[in-house]
Amino acid sequence: MSGIRTLSGHTRRDLAFAALTLALFLAVTFAFPGFAAPRNLAGLLDDTAILIMLALGQMLVILVRGIDLSIAANLALCGMLAAVFDRAWPGMGVAPILVLTLVSGALLGAFNGVLVWKLRLPPIVVTLGTMSIYRGAIYLLSKGAWVNENEMSRGFLAFPRGEFLGLTLLSWLALAVTAVFVVALRRSRLARDLYAAGGNPEAANYSGIDAGRMQFVAYTICGALAGVCGYLWVARFAVAYTDIALGFELSVIAACLIGGVAIAGGVGSAVGVVLGCLFIGIIRSSLPLVGISAFWQMFINGVVILVAVLLSARQREYKRTILEVRA
Amino acid sequence: MDSSLLTLADIRKSFGGVRALERASLELPRGAVTALIGENGAGKSTLVKILSGIHQPDAGEIRFDGKAVRIADPLASRALGIGVVHQECLSFDNLSVAENLFVNCQPSRRGLVNWTAMRAQATAVLRDLDADFDADLPAGRLSIAQKHVMQIARALAHESRVLIFDEPTASLSQRECAELFRIVRKLRDAGCALLFISHKFEEIFALADRYAVFRDGVSVSAGKVSEVTGDELIRLMVGRPVEQLFPKLETTAGAELLRVEHLSRAGEFADISFTLRSGEILGVYGLVGAGRTELAEVLFGIKAADSGSVVTGVDVALVPEDRQTQGTVLPFSVAANIALPNLATLAPRGWCRAHDESRLARQWIDRLAIKAQGPEQPVQNLSGGNQQKVVIAKWLARRPGVLILDEPTKGIDVGAKAAVHAVTSEFARDGGGVLMISSDLPEILGMSDRVLVMRRGRLRGEFTREQATSENLLRAASDA
Repeated sequence: MSGIRTLSGHTRRDLAFAALTLALFLAVTFAFPGFAAPRNLAGLLDDTAILIMLALGQMLVILVRGIDLSIAANLALCGMLAAVFDRAWPGMGVAPILVLTLVSGALLGAFNGVLVWKLRLPPIVVTLGTMSIYRGAIYLLSKGAWVNENEMSRGFLAFPRGEFLGLTLLSWLALAVTAVFVVALRRSRLARDLYAAGGNPEAANYSGIDAGRMQFVAYTICGALAGVCGYLWVARFAVAYTDIALGFELSVIAACLIGGVAIAGGVGSAVGVVLGCLFIGIIRSSLPLVGISAFWQMFINGVVILVAVLLSARQREYKRTILEVRA
Repeated sequence: MDSSLLTLADIRKSFGGVRALERASLELPRGAVTALIGENGAGKSTLVKILSGIHQPDAGEIRFDGKAVRIADPLASRALGIGVVHQECLSFDNLSVAENLFVNCQPSRRGLVNWTAMRAQATAVLRDLDADFDADLPAGRLSIAQKHVMQIARALAHESRVLIFDEPTASLSQRECAELFRIVRKLRDAGCALLFISHKFEEIFALADRYAVFRDGVSVSAGKVSEVTGDELIRLMVGRPVEQLFPKLETTAGAELLRVEHLSRAGEFADISFTLRSGEILGVYGLVGAGRTELAEVLFGIKAADSGSVVTGVDVALVPEDRQTQGTVLPFSVAANIALPNLATLAPRGWCRAHDESRLARQWIDRLAIKAQGPEQPVQNLSGGNQQKVVIAKWLARRPGVLILDEPTKGIDVGAKAAVHAVTSEFARDGGGVLMISSDLPEILGMSDRVLVMRRGRLRGEFTREQATSENLLRAASDA
């Protein structure tokens, strides 16, 4: 009894949304039994894996009242860096490339973080600027040329596609990142500080938490994830060019909002975000089955975002009953 | 010889050339409540921030338990055992009460937060305080009074021995105050050193053992509460005798300006009827949550009534309860704020002229003695009392027939209080009708020609100036 009573509003929201996602899944399966085939599900997860990792990173930033519009540009720049590195030194293995993209992504994220933290610039302005800068840097790095599949080494291409127990390594990576996030967000001191700093920066300051530094940390982690995803994206699609993942930041932010992350900061869960990604993934992969154009996918995402935001706003609305209040 | 637990000696602090504290000294003995009083701008909040580790003093010494210490940051303050209960309730509304108590110092094992231990420790502290809420509740669901208790619990969870209460009763009802005082006395008897910042003299005399007065950043006096009177304290605070705190002018009630009949709004108030006449100040007393603010909002027209009628032939103006979010546009200048409800007159064709706005503002700055550098100064840089004067000015400039004041002097200093009362009296003398909502009994008794008392959304009594006494009003306002 007390277990149910003490469920936080957020856990309840996650459960409700999980039920909704499941209902959507069942509905699609009902119409197209093939949809639930293990092979198809593995494909669905593989398709959604990068979105999941990016959205988890983005969630940290939104949690501390920021936003990272440069996340897809960061991914594209690090992806190009990985491709150029592999072309220059093929056969070095995947490890140096993972480290390279992790570090360069973290640096790009940290640059956003420093501007927000030390110069106190508004996050949306900072990342709108760096979004263009990072895209521009890809052009400088590649001189506008593409890096094609035939220029990539075998190991470079094979890593995300490798299979283990029926799932791709890319899928396993997304699951591993999710597991780390679930545990760390609940149990690590750092994550609790992030929630506190996002929920009430002034009160956090009085508790000895530097809210600006927390923003810096969130941007850096988000950037590191985007960097690694850059390599994974380029290897998976076997091509690198200036415009890869163009506009993908909006899907990432949409997944966060659908997953219950409050744009005002301080509220969000890893489970919710992953559900938000799966929800988008299911819609994206089932629409072609139903024979509906991709335009409808954006339309549906948009409606879901508005409904989700509306519902959580309603939930928060403070209900006052003054006639019955204790005097 | 140093019997006090925490001593501040000759603290100085300036912010970019503006001196906030100058030779400020304070002693907090063990097992005693020390009241810190001073007008707004006397340096009280700077002092609290220094003790919280937010600001560093430019000069002076802080001694804790006889040893000189440096409070480098909030963590250092907490480590010393200094806890602050903030007026504005700094809480993490999305986090549970337990987490609020242990922010940034969660009980942990091998680097991971130990939720079980955290919950158990929080529950134990809350039980010690006889708190009526659960450690698992999100803090956002607590009332303001409960949040105060939560902040005290936070201090106790860190084994604080010095507790600072920064105007804790500003938004509490009578009963909640009594509950808070019970806890404060309990802590005093347990040997804590308590600093109690308040504008309310009744509280100081009821609760404090010692007092300290700050004026313009200087500590001007300190001693035992039993050896001073309220008038002496006011004189020490202001540096001059305040002529009259309630400058009520004699008026005769004239024509009826406002008639309210059986007004109701679901969940807020029901069946309210009264009239307001020209020249009259009608006080509305009640506890926080009695539905008074909601009534004012309906009379002003922000909210609609469900049933009943309001009849009036004149303009109605509302000076709302929260001047920072409801009364002013903080980043706007004094002139722009005053112009806002007067644009129809200032700019009949839709074009504003800065010159006219400034002239209007200057008139009111002079008339209400608003302390501002000029019409162009942003309102957010003014003190609370002067912000309130701006709110009053912007509505009086419209020449309304009825002025509704909702807690007009909440959280402002004695000097500004007297000025607000004076302008209210003048408005009534000149034929206006005033509806003054207040939880401040002396203010209600000192200013009103008639008093309405509300409880739980209903009218529970009407008293003439002669009939109105503290006992009568309190009895009508509470359940007893």
